[in-house]
Amino acid sequence: MAGGQLLSGRAGAGVSAVQLENAALRHPGALTRIALVGNPNSGKSSLFNQLTGLNQKVGNFPGVTVDRKTGISQLTSQHRAEIIDLPGTYSLYPKSLDEKVITDLFYDQTSPQYPDFVVVTVDASNLRRNLLLFTQLADMGLPTVLALNMMDVAEQHGVKIDIPALQQELGVPVIPMNARKGVGIAALKIVMAQTLDAPTGQFYQPAEDLLPMIRQIRYYFNLHNDYLALHYAHQYRHISFLKPDERTYIQELTEQYGFKPTDQQAQETISRYQRINEILLNCVSVTRTEQNEPYSNRLDRVLTHKVWGYLIFFSVLFLMFQAVFAWASYPMDLIDRGVAWINGLIQTNFDGPLINLLTEGVLAGLGGVLIFIPQIALLFAFIAVLEETGYMARVTFMMDRIMRRFGLNGKSIVPLISGVACAVPAIMSARTIENRKDRLITIFVTPLMSCSARIPVYTVLIGLVVPDEAVLGIFNLRGFALMGLYLLGFFAAILSAWAMKLLLKTQERSYFIMEFPVYRWPRWKNVGITIVEKVKAFVFQAGKVILAISILLWVLATYGPPGRIEQAETAARTEATRQRLTPEQTEARVASERLENSYAGVFGHVVEPVIRPLGFDWKIGISLITSFAAREVFVGTMSTIYSVGQDADQQTVQQKLAAEKDANGQPFFTPARAFSLLVFYVFAMQCMSTLAATYRETKGWKWPILQMLYMTGLAYVSSLLVYQLLK
Amino acid sequence: MKDLQLGESGTICCLQDPEMALKLLEMGCIPGTQVRLNSRAPLGCPITVVVGDMADYTLSLRVSEAATILLK
Repeated sequence: MAGGQLLSGRAGAGVSAVQLENAALRHPGALTRIALVGNPNSGKSSLFNQLTGLNQKVGNFPGVTVDRKTGISQLTSQHRAEIIDLPGTYSLYPKSLDEKVITDLFYDQTSPQYPDFVVVTVDASNLRRNLLLFTQLADMGLPTVLALNMMDVAEQHGVKIDIPALQQELGVPVIPMNARKGVGIAALKIVMAQTLDAPTGQFYQPAEDLLPMIRQIRYYFNLHNDYLALHYAHQYRHISFLKPDERTYIQELTEQYGFKPTDQQAQETISRYQRINEILLNCVSVTRTEQNEPYSNRLDRVLTHKVWGYLIFFSVLFLMFQAVFAWASYPMDLIDRGVAWINGLIQTNFDGPLINLLTEGVLAGLGGVLIFIPQIALLFAFIAVLEETGYMARVTFMMDRIMRRFGLNGKSIVPLISGVACAVPAIMSARTIENRKDRLITIFVTPLMSCSARIPVYTVLIGLVVPDEAVLGIFNLRGFALMGLYLLGFFAAILSAWAMKLLLKTQERSYFIMEFPVYRWPRWKNVGITIVEKVKAFVFQAGKVILAISILLWVLATYGPPGRIEQAETAARTEATRQRLTPEQTEARVASERLENSYAGVFGHVVEPVIRPLGFDWKIGISLITSFAAREVFVGTMSTIYSVGQDADQQTVQQKLAAEKDANGQPFFTPARAFSLLVFYVFAMQCMSTLAATYRETKGWKWPILQMLYMTGLAYVSSLLVYQLLK
Repeated sequence: MKDLQLGESGTICCLQDPEMALKLLEMGCIPGTQVRLNSRAPLGCPITVVVGDMADYTLSLRVSEAATILLK
């Protein structure tokens, strides 16, 4: 192997360390660009985490909605390299948009992103299938290093690999390692710090009769080898950087030579496997571990059993639920109180509109972002452990058939159920669904599941109209009503999914064919990195949107048409003095008058005609608008707004609502109104954090906007039906 | 392949669906490879199969996908 120079440009063999240092000094800004490629479950993420630690950045691949994970690795004291973690794939022929980013990277030699070399991670216990991708990459003519990962598993399976022989056969450096434990990382880093030459041998030769076509493409585009040219012939329709006339050129050639891409790809795969078999014959020996079945399969007898399997799965879910629902409430309270404390501190010491903007707009919005962190962290801790251990694949396996009926996927179960706690982390957890259509449907319907923020609204309204009676001696009628609302949300979610399945067209075929990973202990470092990454993604990307809307809502609730708020306040104070109200009563009165005359209040009056058929008045209108910051704000707003013209002895929101009279002096909140409002809250999209999460996960405004229109439309129609039928 | 009994083995003869075949080939389901039905999901679908006679690994796939794999 040649000694090397860190930076671009091939150095001859035997470059000394001194020269190397000089090279680094001459171009301090330049980094070696290394692409990390491998099959799913080959330990690629572990390796990436080992190489980069927390030095990771998540960005976007240009033009597509796929996360681009890069990280800086300190190879030696002098060398740093940029590592690009590419999505896991089985071959260089992409089948999904996610996999397409891989080919986009390797097809364009002139791109500034073109990697200097590639590290291929392979699962040593499963060498034959893993080497397929390696041989394709090596034939692309890129300098390649083979990270022979999971050596420990291979040993357990009785697989013995002759490393020098394998290195000889493959013509690239082979580093045996165990990325989970960090074994072999140092050796890999040393190799990575050197300049490598591209492997010279070809593992696959395209058929003779294809050569004229391949050569023409190769010279036309000035490509460095035949195999790359073959890929151009195969993939030209999907190569984003080709111009229309270039595509036409390739198309004409493929037609002229009668090129059949599917046949060629099948032949290539078979031929590569033949070559790999020859190689393995010389390098690998397997001592059969008798008929001793892998422990994984024995464990599966229980974990995917028709009774125990579901029982265990529901216990895991229950625990997860407890965590997100109950355990997370302590740190959430702490954050809530912390923000309130800082707010109070600022408010008692300073005054002025800017201070109000800071406390009620910015800090309140920031609090609204931070409050979700405990739930996100806990949910992803669970999900990461389930993924790492391999249990998630079993959940998918058990649930696929049921979920598929509704246009979902076995993996949709986790987001849907997490949605009962909070839709924000739930939507983020839909990441594990590879199929785009399934994932989109899951993200779209998850907010229909009743989240914990709806509970305060549900409790207040149910308490208002459902009598506190026992049913069948032991059950509480209010409990039934609450369960009914949850079921309503759940059925709305799966029926919407089913409708979307029929409506959404996709070119991407849905496969379930996947590797069933063996059970393993989770690596806590990977779990930790996942948590940090998810929390960061939420705070920095969704958080921006939430903060912006919070400030907007604050402005709407604080300012009104010129002079109007001041007038209302003066009138309220005069009235209060006349009625001899206590200072607290006066302040409550003033606050509610101010809100009524703010832009939000004006808007409440404007929307009143629209929501009147649902049984709502302008007061509920204001609450619906302010609910958009977070649903639980509903309770606070109702409390403020219904203080108007009421006696001081109504303390709780529920009492205030119950005391509200309509024009005829009858109670305003009839069962029809309350149920209409409840149904509205079950369906309506009133959560900017969820919209922000959908925006982040779908990387565009199309889906959040559709989601909002759909859910609000559904809420409107359902409430209308409920109110008109019960009235 | 969908007609295998639990624990029963067979050798892949051919793959019927050309597009699915590409995916299956990449996953190592090459004609001539031995496969064994390892388990069925509680509702009968999907299934898991153990592929290969040397370094074994387990694949899971839907019954409809398995139906495109003919055994000899």
